[in-house]
Amino acid sequence: MDETRKRSHTYGDEELPPPIERIPVLRWLKENLFSSWLNAILTIVFTVFIVVLLFGLAKWALGARWEVIPANLKLLLVGTYPLEDMWRIWTTLYLISFLVGSAGGSRGGLMRQISMTIAIVSVVLAILPLALTTRGWILGMGASTGIGFLLGHFGKRLRRYKHIEIGLWVLSLPVTIMLVNGISGILPVVAGRNSWGLMLNVIGAVVGIALSFPIGILLALGRRSELPAIRLVCTAYIEIIRGVPLITLLFMASIMLQLLLPSNVRPDLLIRAMMTITAFEAAYMAENVRGGLQAIPKGQYEAANAVGLNKLLTTTLIIMPQALRLVIPAIVGQFISLFMDTTLFGFIAILELLHISRSVMGNVQWRGTIFELYVFIGVVFWLACYSMSYISRRIEKSLGVGER
Amino acid sequence: MAKKVASSHSIPFWRDIRVLRVIAQVIFLALIAAGIWWLFNNLQYNLQTSGLKIGFRFLTNTAGFPISEGLHYSPTDVNGYAFFVGIVNTLKVSVIGIVIATILGVIIGISRLSSNWLVKKIAGFYVEVIRNIPLLVQLFFWYFAVMLTALPLVKNSIHLPGAIYLTRRGVYMPWAIPTDSFGTWAWYILGGLIVGAGVYMFRRTQLKRAERPGFPIIWAGTVFLLILAAGWFITPGNPLKLSVPVLNRFNFTGGLSLSTSFTALLLGLSVYTAAFIAEIVRAGIQAISKGQTEAASAVGLSKVQILRLVILPQALRVIIPPLASQYLNLTKNSSLAILIGYYDLMNVGTTIFNQTGRAVEMILLIMASYLTMSLLTSLAMNYYNKRMKLVER
Repeated sequence: MDETRKRSHTYGDEELPPPIERIPVLRWLKENLFSSWLNAILTIVFTVFIVVLLFGLAKWALGARWEVIPANLKLLLVGTYPLEDMWRIWTTLYLISFLVGSAGGSRGGLMRQISMTIAIVSVVLAILPLALTTRGWILGMGASTGIGFLLGHFGKRLRRYKHIEIGLWVLSLPVTIMLVNGISGILPVVAGRNSWGLMLNVIGAVVGIALSFPIGILLALGRRSELPAIRLVCTAYIEIIRGVPLITLLFMASIMLQLLLPSNVRPDLLIRAMMTITAFEAAYMAENVRGGLQAIPKGQYEAANAVGLNKLLTTTLIIMPQALRLVIPAIVGQFISLFMDTTLFGFIAILELLHISRSVMGNVQWRGTIFELYVFIGVVFWLACYSMSYISRRIEKSLGVGER
Repeated sequence: MAKKVASSHSIPFWRDIRVLRVIAQVIFLALIAAGIWWLFNNLQYNLQTSGLKIGFRFLTNTAGFPISEGLHYSPTDVNGYAFFVGIVNTLKVSVIGIVIATILGVIIGISRLSSNWLVKKIAGFYVEVIRNIPLLVQLFFWYFAVMLTALPLVKNSIHLPGAIYLTRRGVYMPWAIPTDSFGTWAWYILGGLIVGAGVYMFRRTQLKRAERPGFPIIWAGTVFLLILAAGWFITPGNPLKLSVPVLNRFNFTGGLSLSTSFTALLLGLSVYTAAFIAEIVRAGIQAISKGQTEAASAVGLSKVQILRLVILPQALRVIIPPLASQYLNLTKNSSLAILIGYYDLMNVGTTIFNQTGRAVEMILLIMASYLTMSLLTSLAMNYYNKRMKLVER
């Protein structure tokens, strides 16, 4: 680079300014759409195709009975959850948005963007023509994110603030479940929890990932163990689970699990479904964690050994922290596919979003709104999964996983 | 010498790592065995109280339920045969789905690398939309919304060119039906296959000797087709007859009819898996550095030669292992058939369970079937990876 510049200087060649683009749009079109005959034909064919498709879609969308969605929104999102207990769900959402806001305030970066998004989305949703109380609740979510943000922003100077935050995150899962489900003695238990709509998809995915995480780590370590018996058992478990479809395990949970347990232990259907999801995801989690473990160079083990750490300390202090950091994107990916897999709950009569929508379709009043409902469900899942995979890609970039 | 003996004596066995390892494993296995024994005991007790006994005798009992899909079957056949029909149906939808998904996925994957901006964006849109919507939602959409609601009744079916009819009862299309003389012609097919394979081997060794290894598919294929054509003319009467669907009073007869659930399942599985295959193909092609193409053209290879001899062999090595796991995923995902009423092995298995109450046996059978498929695929993959490694080093 330097050399060419020097040479051009010595020879006295004047560098010409780049030619001025008269019509950059035309040039872009030529380069990207009409660079060859084949490309020109493809462009024209696909333009016509898209125009026809969009016109058809627009025509349908304008004539569709979208009122089916707001009229059944509560049923789709939280199912048969009693109206007088709805404050519990809102409180849970406030707690989580507060935690997200606090993390955004104290850490910045991606978390700040997420908390901003929550605040903006809640304001936008509050403008929609929903019931007035609902709009109030939604606005409150934006407010709790904001309060959390401010607290995080000023609290991060305090010693141990971030540690307290992590502790609160860990606590949030049991607290959430107690709030939403109720706990005998403190909060009345809510009945009919097998038909809670979208909430079941979310709970299933979160609980599944959270519980499968420790089991998956143990399985991954077991599969890499030097002891053949442990290695064999862990490998067999992982490969068997990964070799069968989830639906066979759900089938097993619905009909066979009670045969395997003592006659006085009869877990509720939803609990059995969660156990199944956990057992299933643990095998996949193990493979993800193993991928992270394999990426740790041998020198790390040797260095830890040289410092005098034993195997347990090497694993917990040196290897695991690095390996888990590497597999965060993979775990987010697993969470996305688990979230999508929770639609299978309907197979064992747990009415999550997809299956509770069938009760709306069966309603005479809403006959013929099947397309509207499936489009709504598709959009809900797409938005959730796409934004999560976006977050995962951002994390991947900030970790630099893909660039080595 | 004496010192050595003394030192080996000085390590007590509870500190000897070799002993400790054995003890740890024994304890671990004992715990696992105890767990399994406990579960098995519970199972025995629970089965006893409900008066059942584990056994596979019920498979030879009459099934008694109808299966409207696949092999010839009647409700008077036995349970075991019904299950077999289910396995064949799973394989049928999986194999056809794999073929369609591969074709679609390769086209979309290459489109994502197109120099045409519009094509690239459409392919990217397809992948991002399809991958982020649950497969079951897509299957329900195809089955309940498209097949059972949007399509017209039989009498005013949608008529596509080539005598293909789309109706709410299913899809009807022309199909070649074997006649009496098909048996004779079948021998020519077999002969053609054998001779074609022979030609392939011969050409391949010849090419190898000429230091230009390749895959003489065209040679072998031509020979095969020539033998087929010769057989067609020599055999008296046409071995195959074209049967076109015709609308009768209530439904179409003749031709090939695909049930609504089969069509929906096939569409859903292929469209969904194609998005994943597209990403694999794109990654595989991108993994080959540009220098390879440039070096090959510098050596003087033509464009086709570059693709055939330089790009594809390397890209395939990256593409095939994840592709195989996608094929396996498609097969496993075909178990969702039960939710849209297609008689795959999961559906037939649960029906047999409902009829006989044999929970444990049916779950074992279903799982064993899927595990066999997984095992065969991973064996094939291990073999492939081994071969590829040998070529590499």
